[in-house]
Amino acid sequence: MSLGRLRLAVPPWSYGFLAALALWAATTLHSGAGSAGGVLASALAFAAFTVLVGTGQMLVIASGPGNIDLSVPTVLTLASYVAMSVMAGRNALLVPGVLAALLVGAAAGALNYAAIAALRLPPIIATLAWSFVFESFAFDIGGQTRLKPPALLSDFAAARWGGVQIVPLAVMLVTLLAAVMLRRTIYGRHLLATGQSERAARLAGIAVGRVRLAAYMLCGATGALAGVLLAGFTGGASLNMGRSYLLSSIAVVVLGGTSVSGGQANAVGIWGAALFFNLMTTMLNSFGFQAGARFLLTGALIILIVAIVPRRRAA
Amino acid sequence: MDSAARSAGAVRAGRRRDAAAVGLPLGALALMLAAIFTIRPAAFSYFGITLLFKLAVPLIFASLAQMLVIMLGDIDLSNGAFVGLISCVTALYLRDAPARALLIDAAAIAAYAGFGLLIHLRALPSIIVTLGMSFLWLGTAILLLPAPGGVAPDWLVGFMAWRPPLLPLPIWLALAAAGAGHFVLTRSSYGAVLRGAGAHPRAIARAGWSLPALRAATYAGAGLMATLAGVTLTGLTTSGDPNIAPGYTLLGVGAVILGGGAFTGGVVSPVGTVVGALTLSLAGALLSFLAVPPTWQPGAQGAILFLVLAGRVLIAEVTP
Repeated sequence: MSLGRLRLAVPPWSYGFLAALALWAATTLHSGAGSAGGVLASALAFAAFTVLVGTGQMLVIASGPGNIDLSVPTVLTLASYVAMSVMAGRNALLVPGVLAALLVGAAAGALNYAAIAALRLPPIIATLAWSFVFESFAFDIGGQTRLKPPALLSDFAAARWGGVQIVPLAVMLVTLLAAVMLRRTIYGRHLLATGQSERAARLAGIAVGRVRLAAYMLCGATGALAGVLLAGFTGGASLNMGRSYLLSSIAVVVLGGTSVSGGQANAVGIWGAALFFNLMTTMLNSFGFQAGARFLLTGALIILIVAIVPRRRAA
Repeated sequence: MDSAARSAGAVRAGRRRDAAAVGLPLGALALMLAAIFTIRPAAFSYFGITLLFKLAVPLIFASLAQMLVIMLGDIDLSNGAFVGLISCVTALYLRDAPARALLIDAAAIAAYAGFGLLIHLRALPSIIVTLGMSFLWLGTAILLLPAPGGVAPDWLVGFMAWRPPLLPLPIWLALAAAGAGHFVLTRSSYGAVLRGAGAHPRAIARAGWSLPALRAATYAGAGLMATLAGVTLTGLTTSGDPNIAPGYTLLGVGAVILGGGAFTGGVVSPVGTVVGALTLSLAGALLSFLAVPPTWQPGAQGAILFLVLAGRVLIAEVTP
C-alpha cells in the first residue's frame, strides 16, 4: 500500500532524473564541489543530441507495436554530410544547409514508411535495409574525409548565453513542443490513438497511414537536425558519427517512460534517461573504471531500471 | 465432423506456406550463385564453394539463435555481443583449459535462459532487456580480453578447415543445421508446443505446459546456438575479439525474416532461416564479383534485401 502510494508520488518517467541526480552528486563528491558545474554542463551538451534523436524515435515507437527506426544513425550521418556539402564552410549558406538536411531527413523518413506500407515489411527490416542504402549515399558524398562546418555553426553549437548553453536550451524547447504536441494537438492525439489500437483508430476515421508517415518523417528530420548540430559541435561530419545513436535512441525512449508497444509517449522523460546515461559515463570515468566494467554497469542498470519501473499494462 | 480431414488440409496449407517461404530465398540464392559462377566459372568447384560459404557458418548459427527468440515473439539485440563474448572465451581458454571454457560457456547460456525467464515473469520488453544484455556481454568480454588476441585450439581451426567427402564443410554444416532445426521445430510435437508458446501462449498454458520453463528452455537453446556461432567463428578467425560480430544481431534478424519468419510469434522456419543466412552472406561475395564499388556495397545489400522481400509480397498476392 505504502509502496503503491510512493510509486504514485514518483512517476516512472522521473526515475531517470532521480538516478541522474544521484550520479551527479556522487561524481561531485568524488571530484570536489568545483567540478559540479562543468560535469553538468558537459552532460547537458552531450545529452541534447541524444534527446533530439530520441524525440523522433519516440514518435515512431509510440505510433504502434513494432514501429521503430533503425535508420536513424545513417540518416543523421547522411544529412550531416549533405548539410556540410551545401554549406561548403561558408556562413552565408548556413540556412540552406540546414534546410537541405531537414529535407533529406524527412525524405528518408518517407522512404522508410513507404517500404513498410508498400512491401508490408516489419519496420525493423525496412528501416534496416534503407539504412544500408543511406550509408552508401553518405559514403558516396563524403567518403572517409571529414567535412568541416562553417565557423558560425561551430560557434552556435558551443555558444553560451549568459552562461547557459544554447543548444541544450533549444533542444529543451523541442522537448516542450513535442510534449505539447502529444497532449494538445490533433496530430498528437491521433498518433497515440493509432499506437494504442490501429483498428480502433481506423474505425474512428483517423488516416492511420498518414499519421505514421508523419511520425517517420519527423523522426528523420530530428535525426538530421542532430546531425547538423553534432557536426558543428565536434568539428565536422564523419562516417561513424551516428553509430552510437542507434541503441541509445531506443534506450532513452524506453527508459524515459514511453511504452515499446506504442500508444503512450513521454517526451520529458527522455531528458532524464539521456542525462542518466551521460552522467554515468562521466562518473565511471572519473572513478577510473575500465571500459569493460563501464559496459557491465551500464547493462546492469538498463535491465534493473526497466525491471523495477512499473508500466501501464494493456487492458 | 471431418475435423481430421480439416486439420490435414490445414497441415497441407501450412506446408505449402512453408515451402513458399523457403522457396523465395532459395531462388534468390540460386540466382546469386548462377551469377557468380557465370562471372567466375572457377568458383564452381569444391574449393570455390568452400571459400564462398566459409563465413556463412557462424552466421547460420547466430541466425538460428535469433530465430528461436523471434519464435517467442521477442527480439534479441544482444546476439552479436554474445557471439563476441564466446569468441573471447574460446580463444582464451578452450586450448589450455577446456573445462574452464565449457564452464563459462555453460554459465553464459544459463544467464541467457535466466534473462529469458526475467523477460517472461516481469512481462518486460525484450528489445530493451536484450539491449542491456548486449552491454553485459560486451563488458564481460572486454574484461576477459581487453584487446583482440588469444589463440583458437588447433583442433578447432583444423575442423573448420576440414575437407569432408562429397560436399564442402559449410554445406554439410548448413544441411545439418537446417535438417535438425526442421525436425525439432517444424515436424516434432515438441516443436509445435515451442512455436505455440510464441503464437498462442495461453493455449499452451491451458494444455498444461509451463510457459516459464518453455521460454527459459528456448532462450537457453538460443544461447547454445549463439555459442556455436562464437566457437565456429573463432575457428575461422583463430583469435578472439569482443567486437568481432556486432553485425550478426541485425543480419540474423534479416535472415529470419528472409526465411519466412514473422515478428508475430510462432511463425519461423529453420530451413528458411539457414537459407536466408546463406543468401545474406553470399550477397557480399556477389557484389564484389560484380565489381560493385565498396562505396555502394551496403546500398546494394539493402537493395537485395528489398528485392527478395518484395518477392514475398508478390507470392502472397498470387497464392490464396
